[in-house]
Amino acid sequence: MNGIEINDVSKTFGDTLALNQVSLTFGPHKIYGLLGRNGAGKSTLLNIITNRLFADSGQVTIDGLPSIENDPAQNKVYLMSEKNLYPESMTCDEAFKWTKQFFKDFDLDYALNLAKQFKLNTKKKIRSLSTGYTSIFKIIIALSVNTPYVLFDEPVLGLDANHREMFYRLLIERYSDNPFTAIISTHLIDEIANLLEYVMIIKNGEIMVNESCETLLSKGYAVTGTITQVDAFIADKEVIGTDVLGGLKTATIIGSINKSTVPDWIEITNLDLQKLFIKLTNEE
Amino acid sequence: MQINFEDERPIFAQIADGIEDAILTGAFEESGQIPSITELSVSYKINPATALKGISLLVDEGILFKKRGVGMFVAPGAVSRLRDKRKELFFDHYIKKLIEEAKKLGITNKEILEMVERGYQE
Repeated sequence: MNGIEINDVSKTFGDTLALNQVSLTFGPHKIYGLLGRNGAGKSTLLNIITNRLFADSGQVTIDGLPSIENDPAQNKVYLMSEKNLYPESMTCDEAFKWTKQFFKDFDLDYALNLAKQFKLNTKKKIRSLSTGYTSIFKIIIALSVNTPYVLFDEPVLGLDANHREMFYRLLIERYSDNPFTAIISTHLIDEIANLLEYVMIIKNGEIMVNESCETLLSKGYAVTGTITQVDAFIADKEVIGTDVLGGLKTATIIGSINKSTVPDWIEITNLDLQKLFIKLTNEE
Repeated sequence: MQINFEDERPIFAQIADGIEDAILTGAFEESGQIPSITELSVSYKINPATALKGISLLVDEGILFKKRGVGMFVAPGAVSRLRDKRKELFFDHYIKKLIEEAKKLGITNKEILEMVERGYQE
């Protein structure tokens, strides 16, 4: 069985339930968005897959192999995490070579080429890098490591708009040339929405959405009009959120749309992933 | 090729439309090569599977064809085929909407025709 399979995984920290019986599968050669608010359990899940944390119960398998203390399984996965696991006195050059020891398919030439493109001085010590360049350093390794599964935890933290664009472009190029599974956890949803094939949304340690992005966004729509018009229109519909601005009201609706029943004066727009995410994860 | 993702249709359909527009305006010439899936995905920041879906739509309609190992090309005769297809949709997409709006504003049938005349002359 190919893919990362997570089966009934739970994890608690003290009396906080970080993951509650989570089951999901990341298939081969797809780009996933793992979305959730701060503290929702995204990093915990990624850390459990890569043995940096251990689940209280449940199993993870990677291409059918149990993930725990199992090198053949772990060699298939690379986690670009928020935490820096490299010795801080190491230079970027040394860190690249060090990575090559652990991941034999790591492409050193490509990494050095990326360093040039990002203008990262590889002679610098890792600890002396700014927040943005620490992210760039980690991105370079993640894009050069050539494992079948690459997990990106907040990859664009501290990156300016130009560098974020570069990262998205390189990710697509890398994925097109040599497909792999990318799991991206980010808060900048608008920027990657169109890049994702599948979306998983975690809320309070539970998976609330696990679906293809296209299917998810076709499940609903938004309408805008005057308050009375919109209220009349949404009376018999499943509404997941409303916003009022002056006399205008916008309602986000789950359900299929029958255009012939929509009055002229109501404007229909598509769901967008970020807005949907906000509606679904807002605490009441 | 310009695409505005604010549109209410799925992205792959908008990619297909964008390519059609570029063929109709001559930006992509008949028998000429069009950008690769990777180039399309990178410039619009979309998943390559989405770009592929848009391209496949046009391959199925015979507007584009694939040369193995080389890339995607515009089929000979694509322009006239696209014109025929767009003409069929012209009434639904433009005329119906025009009349709807005209009715709201109280513009008569005769006034519309005059405006159309004026539009052609300008």
